[in-house]
Amino acid sequence: MSMVHYLLAAEGLNKSFDGFKAINDLNFVLEKGELRTVIGPNGAGKTTFLDLITGRTKPDSGTLHFEETHDLLRMNEYEIYRLGIGRKFQTPTVYTDHTVRENLLLSLAGPRSIWHSLFGRIRKEQEERMDEILHTIKLTERAHSKAGSLAHGQKQWLEIGMLLAQDAKLLLVDEPAAGMTDEETHRTGELLLSLAGKHTIVVIEHDMTFVRQISQGRTVTVLHQGHVLCEGPVDKVQNDERVIEVYLGRKSKAA
Amino acid sequence: MNTPLAGKAPTILLAAVALFLVVVMPSLNAAGVVSDFTLNTWGKYVCYAILAIAVDLLWGYTGLLSLGQALFFSLGGYMLGMHLMLMIGKLGAYKSDLPDFMVFLGLKELPDFWQPFYSFPFAVLMVLAVPGLLAGVFGYLAFRSRIKGVYFSILTQALTYGAALMFFRNDLMMGGNNGFTDFRTLLGADLRSPEIKRALYIASAITLMLVFIGCKWLTTSRFGLIQRAIRDSENRVLFSGYSAANFKLFVFVISAVIAGIGGALYVPQVGIINPSEMMTEKSLEAVVWVAVGGRGTLIGPVLGAIGVNYLKSWATTEYPDLWLIILGATFVIVVLFLPKGLVGVPAQIKAMIDRRKALKKDRADDLAAINPSPEAE
Repeated sequence: MSMVHYLLAAEGLNKSFDGFKAINDLNFVLEKGELRTVIGPNGAGKTTFLDLITGRTKPDSGTLHFEETHDLLRMNEYEIYRLGIGRKFQTPTVYTDHTVRENLLLSLAGPRSIWHSLFGRIRKEQEERMDEILHTIKLTERAHSKAGSLAHGQKQWLEIGMLLAQDAKLLLVDEPAAGMTDEETHRTGELLLSLAGKHTIVVIEHDMTFVRQISQGRTVTVLHQGHVLCEGPVDKVQNDERVIEVYLGRKSKAA
Repeated sequence: MNTPLAGKAPTILLAAVALFLVVVMPSLNAAGVVSDFTLNTWGKYVCYAILAIAVDLLWGYTGLLSLGQALFFSLGGYMLGMHLMLMIGKLGAYKSDLPDFMVFLGLKELPDFWQPFYSFPFAVLMVLAVPGLLAGVFGYLAFRSRIKGVYFSILTQALTYGAALMFFRNDLMMGGNNGFTDFRTLLGADLRSPEIKRALYIASAITLMLVFIGCKWLTTSRFGLIQRAIRDSENRVLFSGYSAANFKLFVFVISAVIAGIGGALYVPQVGIINPSEMMTEKSLEAVVWVAVGGRGTLIGPVLGAIGVNYLKSWATTEYPDLWLIILGATFVIVVLFLPKGLVGVPAQIKAMIDRRKALKKDRADDLAAINPSPEAE
């Protein structure tokens, strides 16, 4: 395991949709234990990039490796998931007709066979793990409510909880603060920070207050037109001319 | 859902239905209160209920609307029918060892694939295996290609239609458009005697209960959670690491086997099986039973199958010309006003009463706000 330098490495990725280059010669390297924030204007290819990592779409060219040995381009969604890559979608995607606890149960790490689903028992430590996660995501009181009845922010947390239940090595979190109140956003930031180090996390976000909260002393990647525009500490990135120009939509007249 | 009555009501209802079907009906028949004809008709309903559960396991629980489950029902019937045809022996119209239709077609020898059907256990094995295998192959191809929704429904409909056309052909050696009929004995017992008919009825009712209990276990296990998860959010299921295709395939095969069992019990009771049983409208009828009874429950399809067929028996004698209109109207009413079917009616009434109470309370509050009591001033 000590041979693993990079958790995720993308090289020369390209993906077009009907001639539109959503991902354009993208190179991206993620170290183990990082909490990386990816920002970029609409249409920068952030969500498409996550689609490529999780097997939802396949690139036209390029390579994508996990833990150096696993070629993600040869695997489908659930095989990639089983490697330990979990994803939280932009709009909260939980099982609305299942209870909060059932949502976690379905996400728990462990065998995914039909046999196990029929005859596998829930072990005591799994019960405890679910209790622990419910506590972390502050949904203990709602454990037996249908997930569909949760508030928007709570659904977002539940989905993060589902990634925790999975014990994912890599958490891909797409706009966790979308539609949240400031208070909820802040708590979400704290939650993600508390997970950093134990898990490797990629957060895609628009909200710059939130980005500053979670990326202090960490690397921020800016995507633009499917390409990495620049990478570095949050303050440096925010003051980068090119970033200001494309991300904040201002035409720089300094030239 | 957490109120004690709502929790117990289904159990009580279930026990009542089971007692009625397995014990009360045959006892009344033995005592001469219920005629042999009526019991036989109820035997048919019970087999339809098994088919309805098979449809609901796919549709209500997994979100796969199959419009071809009658095919598996018929195949199960045909497999047992082959054994029953051979058991006629020389009692047929042509006094030959061969089934009558083969003599009619000019055959001198029994085709090879018919030979093993002299064995009852083999026929029973085929009742399970043939629907299961066909569903396995078809499901594998459909689910691997990620065929979903209405496309899946259309394909299943095409499958059953294609199979019906095939069975209509004489050279398939399955009796052509007349199918199989004129059955005499099963395991040496005379199929026409009231005792054997009653025994067949009881066997069907017990099978229904076993299928029910089996599906109850299946749908309340973690497997059931995954089934419903596939129904509600298949994408999420993939991103939770489950191979949705494998789970769907498994459910599809189980459903086909259950339908096959229903068909095998149906055929000796009605005494005939022919390709018209495979026609698409038969599968559609089964979907109507499930919708009327209440999909996504197990008691719903049972009540729906028995209820609608009871209505059909009554309407086809009283108003033979109007039956299809009555069936159509029933379906429309259920779809429009009873989205959860008959089973959902108590909850709907309760919700209506609650709403009315809330409305009354609101009005009272409003009145109080408009006319504040003197003390408040």
